[in-house]
Amino acid sequence: MARMKFLCDADRCIECNACVTACKNEHEVPWGINRRRVVTISDGKPGERSISMACMHCTDAPCAAVCPVDCFYTTADGVVLHSKDLCIGCGYCFYACPFGAPQYPRLGNFGSRGKMDKCTYCAGGPEADSTMAEYAKYGSNRLAEGKLPLCAEMCSTKSLLAGDGDIIAQIYAERVTRRGYGSGAWGWRVAYKDVTTG
Amino acid sequence: MMRFIQKLRGALAVTLLAAGLALAAAPAPAQAQAPASPGAPAQASEQMLFNYLQGNVQGRTSIPDPRSATLIQPQGRDFQHFWRTTLKWIGGIAVGGMLVVLVIFYATRGKIRIAAGPSGRTIERFNGIERFAHWITASTFIILGITGLNISFGRELLLPIMGPEAFTTWSQWGKIAHNFLSFPFTLGVLLMLVIWIKDNIPSGADVAWFASGGGLVGHGHPPAKRFNGGQKVIFWAVVLGGGAIAVTGFIMMFPFQFVTTMDGMQLATQLHGIISLVLIAIILAHIYIGSIGMEGAFDAMGSGKVDLNWAKEHHSLWVDEVMSAGRGAPQAPPGARKAGAD
Repeated sequence: MARMKFLCDADRCIECNACVTACKNEHEVPWGINRRRVVTISDGKPGERSISMACMHCTDAPCAAVCPVDCFYTTADGVVLHSKDLCIGCGYCFYACPFGAPQYPRLGNFGSRGKMDKCTYCAGGPEADSTMAEYAKYGSNRLAEGKLPLCAEMCSTKSLLAGDGDIIAQIYAERVTRRGYGSGAWGWRVAYKDVTTG
Repeated sequence: MMRFIQKLRGALAVTLLAAGLALAAAPAPAQAQAPASPGAPAQASEQMLFNYLQGNVQGRTSIPDPRSATLIQPQGRDFQHFWRTTLKWIGGIAVGGMLVVLVIFYATRGKIRIAAGPSGRTIERFNGIERFAHWITASTFIILGITGLNISFGRELLLPIMGPEAFTTWSQWGKIAHNFLSFPFTLGVLLMLVIWIKDNIPSGADVAWFASGGGLVGHGHPPAKRFNGGQKVIFWAVVLGGGAIAVTGFIMMFPFQFVTTMDGMQLATQLHGIISLVLIAIILAHIYIGSIGMEGAFDAMGSGKVDLNWAKEHHSLWVDEVMSAGRGAPQAPPGARKAGAD
């Protein structure tokens, strides 16, 4: 069974934000919610890098561990999903998430954050695959159609890779070997610890 | 065996990837080692940045939300560990342990009686405002405690029984109650602080009181003023603990407004949990001794008037003070026999 992961090759990312836009459009993500974002570090300085970041679908996911109502689950592909029907919007997953993935539709005063929203790896939610109910809550389910996440699929520089963790790690390793440098698989140490296979 | 192979593969992949592949051998298809290119630009590798920034990897985004500029906050893993392990152990031992201790105590010591028996004459101990302050705090604390314990332990204890949908509905209401009842709770704590602080300054009598085992463990009745050493401990635990819970709770209710950093929010959440669970354990003992644990104790907060013999046994110095001042001299509730009529 594949173990799905994201890998952003920071030496290729040109901060075009097309992954962000594609994600918003594909899932009709509401205003104010960003399932994916591009962070530029050392902006304007030598060694500047841009990294596209979203939910990393962690091994032993922190969000799932701290959720008081146990609304998260991991699919057979290693994708971490959650049920908006069960979420109570407490916000603990945002404190636990190393990648700032959980998003809330409202500000949060008096505990009124609303149901948490995050990257689904284009894999929908607990509802039946590719139904309107699933689309309304979680966006489209490309994985069920045999497609990979749109953000990575349309990345113009092929910086953002999605797919089986072993395969994309292999692709990245080959790139780094050929060009002689690489700044590493961002977030993998925190997200997957020493376990890289599902 | 599979696990071991996985670990090996994992260790290999992490070495390759996290170290930026500069030092590690390339995987199968590559023949040669990849040396760190001298011409390569200054490398912003993840590990290097973690070491440099000591934690958060901060950058810039085009999103008008400053928090989104944090690329990675590895301490989220620490929060996870705290929530899953540390808090559950501390809370379980504090609350569960206290319940066990109280059951054992009740089974061995039983109800502490008024040694001289009830006199039938009463003395006013707490007036209406005092009882109002106590009960607004107590009633909200019970609901806050139950809904808070639900957040900490409901997933393990209630979810398997109730099922996911019912548990979510209950937790949702619990969360709303928890948020809004925080206001009357805070008011109650502040009221009690103002009303009772003058009677709760620690003194030498408290040392003697504790030395003789107090009212719970010891069998003697060491002299005490209006509040004995144990009650002063409860008072300060409620005022300081309740105050800390209120402060951290309001920080959590208005996320990133009073405290703007992720570390601060995590710390507030952790402190809120730990202090609350310890205070719940302390208050369980308080509830015990104020109800089934001791004869005559509940009247102090119930009717506000306690039996004179109870007062003499537990708060002898206070009774002397009241008697000499003439205030609150022994009086009977309306319709009861007048003091001295027997």
